[in-house]
Amino acid sequence: MNFDDYRGIWVYLEVKDGNIAPVSLELLGAGRQLADKRKTELAGVLIGSSVKQLASTAFTYGADVVYVYDNPIFVYYRTEPYMRALLDCCEKHKPEVLLYGATPTGKDLASAIATDLPTGLTADTTILDIEEDTGLLLASRPAFGGNIMATILCKKYRPQMATVRPKVMKALPPDPSRTGKIVEEHIELREEDMRTKVLEIVREAKKARIDEADIIVAGGKGMGSKEGFQLIHQLAEVLGGAVGASRDVVEAGWIDHHHQVGQTGVTVTPKIYFAIGISGAIQHVVGMQNSELIIAINKDPNAPIFQSCHYGIVGDAFEIVPLLIERFKEEIPKVKAAADVKEEIRHA
Amino acid sequence: MLHIVACIKQVPDTKIIKMNPKTNTMDRASAPAILNPYDAHAVEEAVRLKKKYGGTVSVLTMGPPPAVKAIKKCIELGADEGYMISDRAFAGADTLATSYALTKALEKIAKQRPIDLVICGKMTIDGDTGQVGPGIARRLHIPPLTGVKKVVEINKEKGYAIVHRKLEDGYEVVRSTLPCLFTVEKDINDISFAPLPNMIKAARYQPTIWTADDLEDVDRKQLGLKGSPTIVSKVWAPPKPEGGELLEGSTKEKVEQLLSLVLVKKELFQ
Ligand SMILES: Cc1cc2nc3c(=O)[nH]c(=O)nc-3n(C[C@H](O)[C@H](O)[C@H](O)COP(=O)(O)OP(=O)(O)OC[C@H]3O[C@@H](n4cnc5c(N)ncnc54)[C@H](O)[C@@H]3O)c2cc1C
Ligand SMILES: Cc1cc2nc3c(=O)[nH]c(=O)nc-3n(C[C@H](O)[C@H](O)[C@H](O)COP(=O)(O)OP(=O)(O)OC[C@H]3O[C@@H](n4cnc5c(N)ncnc54)[C@H](O)[C@@H]3O)c2cc1C
Repeated sequence: MNFDDYRGIWVYLEVKDGNIAPVSLELLGAGRQLADKRKTELAGVLIGSSVKQLASTAFTYGADVVYVYDNPIFVYYRTEPYMRALLDCCEKHKPEVLLYGATPTGKDLASAIATDLPTGLTADTTILDIEEDTGLLLASRPAFGGNIMATILCKKYRPQMATVRPKVMKALPPDPSRTGKIVEEHIELREEDMRTKVLEIVREAKKARIDEADIIVAGGKGMGSKEGFQLIHQLAEVLGGAVGASRDVVEAGWIDHHHQVGQTGVTVTPKIYFAIGISGAIQHVVGMQNSELIIAINKDPNAPIFQSCHYGIVGDAFEIVPLLIERFKEEIPKVKAAADVKEEIRHA
Repeated sequence: MLHIVACIKQVPDTKIIKMNPKTNTMDRASAPAILNPYDAHAVEEAVRLKKKYGGTVSVLTMGPPPAVKAIKKCIELGADEGYMISDRAFAGADTLATSYALTKALEKIAKQRPIDLVICGKMTIDGDTGQVGPGIARRLHIPPLTGVKKVVEINKEKGYAIVHRKLEDGYEVVRSTLPCLFTVEKDINDISFAPLPNMIKAARYQPTIWTADDLEDVDRKQLGLKGSPTIVSKVWAPPKPEGGELLEGSTKEKVEQLLSLVLVKKELFQ
């Protein structure tokens, strides 16, 4: 294998609801840094049906080149046709690094590609760097329940591949003046040869997406019971925020799994994160540590959560939260009213 | 009659694992070894399908000798046969080398009794990659169906399976040719209690154990550490966060301070 033949940093551009998935945009931001360090191109690979126009979004977020496989056979994600397209692209253009979002689709596709190429694949990366001179990708990931971090290398094979957790990398601010090169690719695939068929897609009622909320009020085992946990719901409602929870709360059955924040739950990055009655175990903290403002309330002054917050209150949640609810109820309408006045002045 | 093989792994219970705070290494001895919880669901599903359609459930693991315990656990859950591949040559395998070794074992099992379906867990709780299942499917040249949360139908005569695959906001109904490979979600089933006869059978059960030499057409360069493109180069403790400022005063005063901290972000409340 001649490493000099392999050039460029690539991102697999996952398409979700007719747009490029947020994680892919985040990866373009991370990929841009790697590409600049290596003084090479950043490319995206776009596979789907009627997706060509999405290439411009990729340019806006940092890509120089987008390889497009546009064909009705790609209307739904299926391993087989997608894998064939991406393998084709890798064989033709030989990337040095190929990144995927660690989403169900990204992981499925990346695992198949790694086996066929073959090459190494680092799972669930949270930190990425590259050696400027050798091009060696340094991919770090949490291991053993988040207790340790491991840096994983792939020295002898190319491309170097990693799946990267959503929300841990930052997308660049979009620059609509950026453009790039679209390379249209074709591959012969026949529907009759495909061994899987999507018969139906069933969308379930959209659940409150905590990964999109600006304010999250999260509660832990310290709330004592399902009834006690209602205080968390009440505070969230007053603030117009979403409800988060620790895993122990989910396991106790006080709330559904999709509210769980952390390593085996959702990674969140709200503007304000309240951690109430949550001890601050590493597995919880990894899911919320990039929040803009973290406020912890816990009755134990030695709770580890106070190491991971910006402001903390040592005290009993059952005393503090009701007071907070009451005071926010009074104050938030005033903030709203002030904003309305400003708005009127502007329109006057 | 279906032949289903569930791939299973013995893992340290990461819930109980302790870290040595001085060296930042894991105290492996502190953690009891258990059957990977996701794999229990894989075996449970295989046994349920066997009850519905008839057939045999085999389990396969790659691991050190004590992993026999995990196989016995699967026999308790209702599996019929257990296979283990165990050899120093497999040590240090990453997911590429793991899926290679397991595939070679699956090919050998299939020679004795053709395989209709392979079921893996969604992931393990130690390696945690979720890459082994799709790797095996590619090597066996069968379709991988990841994230299966319900099996609707298996029709061996007509050669197809229909399942629900989990999506981020719902699920899709997929039909695949048989044989194929599923990786299953935790919510696919609830683990049943092991009936007494299974427990007795498990206690006495001795799985078939193969070394690398017992497998056929094995390229040794693809096994273990040698066959692993990924290298764990450094293991380190995640950086300790700095710690926040504790608010002082009476409860009322603390609440007022908090209020002002939050309400500065006016744009969130307009
Ligand atoms: C592999 C693995 C993955 C995991 N993934 C996750 C994950 O994704 N998310 C997650 O959250 N956890 C996860 N965990 C579990 C994690 O290790 C902790 O067990 C869990 O986060 C603890 O939940 P908790 O803080 O609610 O409960 P506890 O640890 O029981 O803490 C309760 C806290 O409440 C405080 N308290 C009690 N009463 C009051 C009161 N009246 N007022 C104020 N404070 C009070 C206590 O001082 C204590 O600090 C994982 C664990 C493992 C091993
Ligand atoms: C700190 C650390 C980080 C690592 N990171 C990576 C990485 O990023 N990329 C990488 O390629 N490897 C990595 N590895 C190696 C990886 O843990 C091993 O390859 C492991 O043998 C298989 O991966 P897994 O446990 O993640 O399995 P998963 O892919 O998560 O397991 C999925 C399913 O595959 C089946 N299965 C998995 N292993 C076996 C087995 N031994 N026997 C039978 N069935 C099995 C089970 O059904 C299981 O539910 C890492 C190892 C360490 C110590």
